[in-house]
Amino acid sequence: MTNPIGLQEFLIVSAMLFTLGIIAMLTRKNAVGILMGVELILNAANINLVAFSHFITKELSGQIFVMFVILLAAIEAIIALAIILSIYRIFESVETDTIKNLKG
Amino acid sequence: MTDILIYKIIFYCFSAVTIGSAAVVVFDKNIVRAAFALFFTLMGVAGLFAMLGADFLAGLQILLYAGGILVLILFGIMLTQRLVDVDIKSGRIQLLPSIIAGLILLFFMTIMIVKYKWNIATNVVYAYTTKSIGALLLTDYILPFEIASVALLAALIGAVMLARSKEK
Repeated sequence: MTNPIGLQEFLIVSAMLFTLGIIAMLTRKNAVGILMGVELILNAANINLVAFSHFITKELSGQIFVMFVILLAAIEAIIALAIILSIYRIFESVETDTIKNLKG
Repeated sequence: MTDILIYKIIFYCFSAVTIGSAAVVVFDKNIVRAAFALFFTLMGVAGLFAMLGADFLAGLQILLYAGGILVLILFGIMLTQRLVDVDIKSGRIQLLPSIIAGLILLFFMTIMIVKYKWNIATNVVYAYTTKSIGALLLTDYILPFEIASVALLAALIGAVMLARSKEK
């Protein structure tokens, strides 16, 4: 049984998602917006891993790694939001260009 | 034949939902609307996982990403914006150079993906993956599994330490 959609289509969707994540990280000034760009990039990497696991290796190691990537994304979101909250407490803003003083 | 046509239509629907709402995440000035568009992106990615035969990961994506991480991000937005008095628009910088650089990046990645001769297996398997993933996690991948639980605990303690207010 073959998949009617080829590997290339999934990879192109993943590449578009990755590009959008890069643009979000470059253009957003809000720190939470940058975090959302990172989530987009991690999702693009996950699509790649599952597609290679499905089309090329036919074993489950890629899917296991996607599980760990999702878990690390959760950890990263927790830590980043804690840092953003403490930045907000000091600077009253999370716009990255207003955070200039090193010893706030 | 009609099954294959429906499959292709569903694939392009999921891709359009994913890419379209990701574009809203990137380009919308309202950060709250961007966070809600991220929900649809994550749902589309879960659908793509299901089309790739990863049923367990599709459920995990909805549970953890759409149910957990997205709620965390929304909490982060609500706690760091003054929602009542100031408009919650967020400025952007260097928009045009970033879009040009992103398009160049996408162009070269697309050329690489299309030109390369991928060593694709002839048959793909569709099987329930939950039991195999559980068995693999407790045999071959037991060390990363345990390290991941320790990392999660460390992250929780670290977040509490970072985010608490310092009162004497």
